[in-house]
Amino acid sequence: MATQQFGSGDGLGGDRRAAIGILTRTDSSRLADAWYQNGSQNAGVERLARFLGWFSEGLGFAQVTAPRTVNRLIGVRDDDGSRGVMRAAGVREMTHGVGILSNSRPTGWVWTRVGGDVMDLALLARAFRADSTKRNRTMVATAAVLGVTALDVYCATQLRNGHEATETTAPIRHDITDVEKAITINRPTEDVYRFWRNFQNLPGFMQHLESVQVIDEKRSHWKAKAPAGKTVEWDAEIIEDRPNELIAWRSLEGADVQNAGSVRFSPAPGGRGTEVRVSMRYDPPAGVIGATIAKLFGEEPSQQVGDELRRLKQVLETGEVVLSEAVVNGARIKQHPAQPPEQVPGR
Amino acid sequence: MKANVWMGKNSVQVQEVPDPKILNQRDAIVKITSTAICGSDLHLLQGFVPTMEPGDILGHEFMGEVVEVGRGVDNLKVGDRVVVPFPIACGNCFACQSQAYSICENSNPNAWMAEKLWGHSAAGIFGYSHLTGGYAGGQAEYARVPFADVGPLKVPDGIPDEKVLFLSDVFPTGYMGAEMCDIKPGDVIAVWGCGPVGQFAIASAYLLGAERVIAIDRFPYRLHMARERAGAETINYEEADVLDTLKEMTGGRGPDACIDAVGMEAHGHGVEYMYDRAKQATRMETDRPIALRQAIKACRNGGTVSVIGAYGGFIDKFPIGSFMNRSLTLKTGQAHVQRYMRPLLQRVLDGEIDPSFIITHEMKLADAPKGYDMFKNKEDNCEKVVLRP
Repeated sequence: MATQQFGSGDGLGGDRRAAIGILTRTDSSRLADAWYQNGSQNAGVERLARFLGWFSEGLGFAQVTAPRTVNRLIGVRDDDGSRGVMRAAGVREMTHGVGILSNSRPTGWVWTRVGGDVMDLALLARAFRADSTKRNRTMVATAAVLGVTALDVYCATQLRNGHEATETTAPIRHDITDVEKAITINRPTEDVYRFWRNFQNLPGFMQHLESVQVIDEKRSHWKAKAPAGKTVEWDAEIIEDRPNELIAWRSLEGADVQNAGSVRFSPAPGGRGTEVRVSMRYDPPAGVIGATIAKLFGEEPSQQVGDELRRLKQVLETGEVVLSEAVVNGARIKQHPAQPPEQVPGR
Repeated sequence: MKANVWMGKNSVQVQEVPDPKILNQRDAIVKITSTAICGSDLHLLQGFVPTMEPGDILGHEFMGEVVEVGRGVDNLKVGDRVVVPFPIACGNCFACQSQAYSICENSNPNAWMAEKLWGHSAAGIFGYSHLTGGYAGGQAEYARVPFADVGPLKVPDGIPDEKVLFLSDVFPTGYMGAEMCDIKPGDVIAVWGCGPVGQFAIASAYLLGAERVIAIDRFPYRLHMARERAGAETINYEEADVLDTLKEMTGGRGPDACIDAVGMEAHGHGVEYMYDRAKQATRMETDRPIALRQAIKACRNGGTVSVIGAYGGFIDKFPIGSFMNRSLTLKTGQAHVQRYMRPLLQRVLDGEIDPSFIITHEMKLADAPKGYDMFKNKEDNCEKVVLRP
């Protein structure tokens, strides 16, 4: 009941909703700027690949279910033989589609489409020589396939270039994680801002943090726990700090875990405390350490940030992080049974 | 200490476990003098509530003596006699400050689990699965009570345990069920289920001014208690058609408000019951809403359906057409016990009600498994089991 809803019936003015929308976009672009790599440069080509995937599905489905109609459309004589060929081509076409749509890196599958195009062109050329063929229609079909072939080749080469580019400059791009979470805290905005701005308070509700050392006005040194007694460390700098409104930061070069984020504070409607919105992006390196760090940040980063915000709320509203017998060790997935632990671990 | 722990579906055992410890500054430790088995404990016993772990201590209806307080508790001292409300509530959040304690925003450390199932979390509850926090329960010799400065109700020494123990859950739950009916003079209230919560819903409806209360169940001894002790008229649904009978009893109009004090393991007859059993057994629905469907269909046009029976997950065939076209209102919630304890204690002290009328069995904590069996199988006219550590 205390969670904020944004919708037509939420009682918020349009201006306020618009403001929230703008703020969120601003946060996102700030994050993107702070980041080393723009993750969306390939988005256009990836959309094209998806379109081609769906195109394959549609065409293949038509070929399999209505070979007679397709034969007539491209001017080929309709008999058992040509229908069989058409169905086989349809199955192949749908395979391309599934391959492209189900892979996050469909480059290879787009190349299979190019192979399919060549096969189709060969079949059309053979049909063109047969007496029963309506050559006008077959010519149109051939032109269409040539056009699609060009599109396929373009898409496949662009995808390949894109991947090579990202692989040379940032071999870790695919692991980048974006998280946005919000919570409402029953305390004045100044209190919540002041608490967060003192970075030494953060390990109190971010359980993976061991310590945050403030170096100077802008820079701080962060140390986080990793499995098997290891730690990861990084320096961070504040890139924007507006009292009672916003704190934005990013890690500096040489960080074990590249990360950037912002936290925004705004008064909740009706004097009901403070809305806190966190936007984070982090990127564990590849390889063994990367895997360790991925584990450190949990399987679901968005849930982890959500839990951290909830603990922040507990600290600010009730005075400390609330424990039950089952979560006394901070364990989340594997819990202690709901009975008193033998010993209370030092916190 | 000894505690009654869940060991798997249909298995509870009294085991030796570590003594509770102060984990938060606002905790207190209570030495338990009386604790009860709740109908909702049977949902846990039979595995209808997800996220139970072997070793979980059960129990959320308990009272006792304060033996230790944390640094943050200044209103209780060692030796105080307290009744502990089943929802754990911080007193600081938006919900608590609206006295909606059972939806406290801070007391469930496993809120992430509840969010996955329910969209948002509710309050933490003692001994009631990890979904509601993974708190050790009160069917034990001792219990840790978080937010002890908010929840526990101090009770005077002169009054026996059995008269105040049920302020922890079933009395406030039944009372809130009746209060949600917004009872006006002349109102007729129907109550599905004559377990302890149903009995207190009947009694509370009268306390709040109902003209007539009609109770529905199938066990003659429970219907007898509803008639003789709580003052209801009764329908045995194994002998009569509930909808027809209610219409007949209310001049064709239907009860002004209907209370579902049954919840997820409703029993019934015929095709509908078999359908829900099958869906529940194959995990295609988690809860059997037979009483709820009937309450909706029975309610008079424009009336209120009040749900205090416990539900956990999802139901099927919700009669939305009947509900929407006839302008019904649905009100629900785990009881905001902290809101009701003081005024209800006053009613007990004033002699308006003696909540001990529901107790049929008292036994030692060590006999908890036997108590669960009797309560589950309705043996020996079992209505309410109180355990003494």
